[in-house]
Amino acid sequence: MSEAPDNLKYAESHEWVQVDDGVATIGISDHAQDALGDLVFVEVPEVGATFDAGDAAAVVESVKAASDVYSPVSGEVIAVNEALADAPELINDEPYGEGWIMRIRMTDDDELDNLMDAEAYAARVTDDD
Amino acid sequence: MTEPLIFEHSRPGRRAWAQSPAEQIDVDLPDELARTTPLGLPEVSELDAVRHYTRLSQKNFSIDTHFYPLGSCTMKYNPRACNTLAMLPEFLSRHPLAPENCSQGFMACMFELQEMLKDVTGMQGVSLTPMAGAQGEFAGVAMIRAYHDARGDTERREILVPDAAHGTNPATAVMCGCVAREIPTDDNGDVDIDALKAALGPQTAGIMLTNPSTLGVFERKIGEISKLVHDAGGLLYYDGANLNAILGKVRPGDMGFDVIHMNLHKTFSTPHGGGGPGSGAVGVSKRLLPFMPIPVVGKTDQDTYRWLREDDLPQTIGRLSTFMGNAGVLLRAYVYARLLGRDGMHRVAEFATLNANYLMARLSEAGFDLAFERRASHEFIITLKRQNKAVGVTATDFAKRLLDFGFHAPTVYFPLLVPECLLIEPTETESKEMLDGFVEAMIAIAKEAEDDIEQLRGAPYTTPVRRLDDVRAARQLDVKFEPAA
Repeated sequence: MSEAPDNLKYAESHEWVQVDDGVATIGISDHAQDALGDLVFVEVPEVGATFDAGDAAAVVESVKAASDVYSPVSGEVIAVNEALADAPELINDEPYGEGWIMRIRMTDDDELDNLMDAEAYAARVTDDD
Repeated sequence: MTEPLIFEHSRPGRRAWAQSPAEQIDVDLPDELARTTPLGLPEVSELDAVRHYTRLSQKNFSIDTHFYPLGSCTMKYNPRACNTLAMLPEFLSRHPLAPENCSQGFMACMFELQEMLKDVTGMQGVSLTPMAGAQGEFAGVAMIRAYHDARGDTERREILVPDAAHGTNPATAVMCGCVAREIPTDDNGDVDIDALKAALGPQTAGIMLTNPSTLGVFERKIGEISKLVHDAGGLLYYDGANLNAILGKVRPGDMGFDVIHMNLHKTFSTPHGGGGPGSGAVGVSKRLLPFMPIPVVGKTDQDTYRWLREDDLPQTIGRLSTFMGNAGVLLRAYVYARLLGRDGMHRVAEFATLNANYLMARLSEAGFDLAFERRASHEFIITLKRQNKAVGVTATDFAKRLLDFGFHAPTVYFPLLVPECLLIEPTETESKEMLDGFVEAMIAIAKEAEDDIEQLRGAPYTTPVRRLDDVRAARQLDVKFEPAA
């Protein structure tokens, strides 16, 4: 059974968001990393890139498949997790911690209302199974 | 037993004298450019070389030795005659720059191949020139774009692609300067018609469909899709990856497709999977005839053959390579088509479909879950999601263990929409006994998953290399030989 911490918001496409002072830290959920399997490569965006909510912002590649990671919010990338270049397995090991992918300065806080809370996401994932 | 590298067989001074040039060849090079150290080539006898490469070939797990049910990319048996005839010295020795009057035999074969492919696909024209499937796709979408541009309809830049499509389809759209837009499929594996309607508009250049799809099911609403797309001003592209399932039984031209690429290296008898050479011949509807890639073989009033070039097809999307495709692959396709004839082609489709449905029915009876109930074309998908939840067994475990039973693994983890899936395509040439043997092996592996999962996770046991570290293989690509100190 995959985990989904209560303090995060979740997108349909399995990204999580943690907001702190207008900055959204984004990664992929435990369910997503489990479905992908062992990651071998992560492509992060460039700092300074801007995305609209729903844009493909990063790529995660596992032994099974390569998948886009969509930014759940609009804004400018202000930091990326450089450690993933050498250690993509951080996402498998700690999807909600050391395995974060990018930080985005949000331009529209209301977009968070489009995301699910942990309970709704857990129910969504159970439906999938 | 591990076979050492040819370099490890090397001993100073040993040579294959009979194979070596008798004389030193003088090369006119300035002294400062000439090597001063000998090349690091292996020094072996003729017998060393013969034994080494024969042993390596015996380690192959190939269609010549084993059942190879690799779905979605028909990996079928290629009759020996196709290879033998394509290798006739008269074909092998023909230079691609030879004048037309010295190439009439080869050109006659190519002209007839164009005609046979038109017949089997229901298209109005065929160009054999694309060198592989990806280039065939590129040519197809480039023609769609050229068609719109020629009409001054230059805003059409969106290519619709179902989510079950081959990954190459959206890539092709982007290569041709278009944008790919994904259309969902419904639970039955058909295109979601409402989503399609919502996506169509004045920006629609066309739609790329594989039919039967990568889900192994025939798109039943193709007539409706064709009408909707054409009414919106778009064109239809047929990805020929699964053409083997329908060869001549149903024709893309009759379904309303405007362009099709055929992987002649899959469906028409060239061993594929070795990385080429391939052939992605394209067929077109009347709309796209002026845009075909050149050269195409034409027939004159005197029943001779000539290359159709830019003068003949001024709106062509141009050349895709220096000459006309991979001649050897095209010749194999020609011989294959001639060996089968029109009736034989139908039987290929019939037996490919019958074998898939037989195997699907038996595996379903044996307790395996089908991703799409009771509907298969030439391939089908089983999902091990239930077994994965219950005992933790994965599609990879099944794939590896099948090798020990003497079967190549089916495609695993594709399509991406189906968890823990095996995509199985038996093809037309396998016997009932072989298919039954495969079912027995699958049953035995399912039992082992329940009784002794650790044994299963250690598989394969009988192959030259055991289970590989997929993660390390994908991440550490810098492999090189270091001689022992």
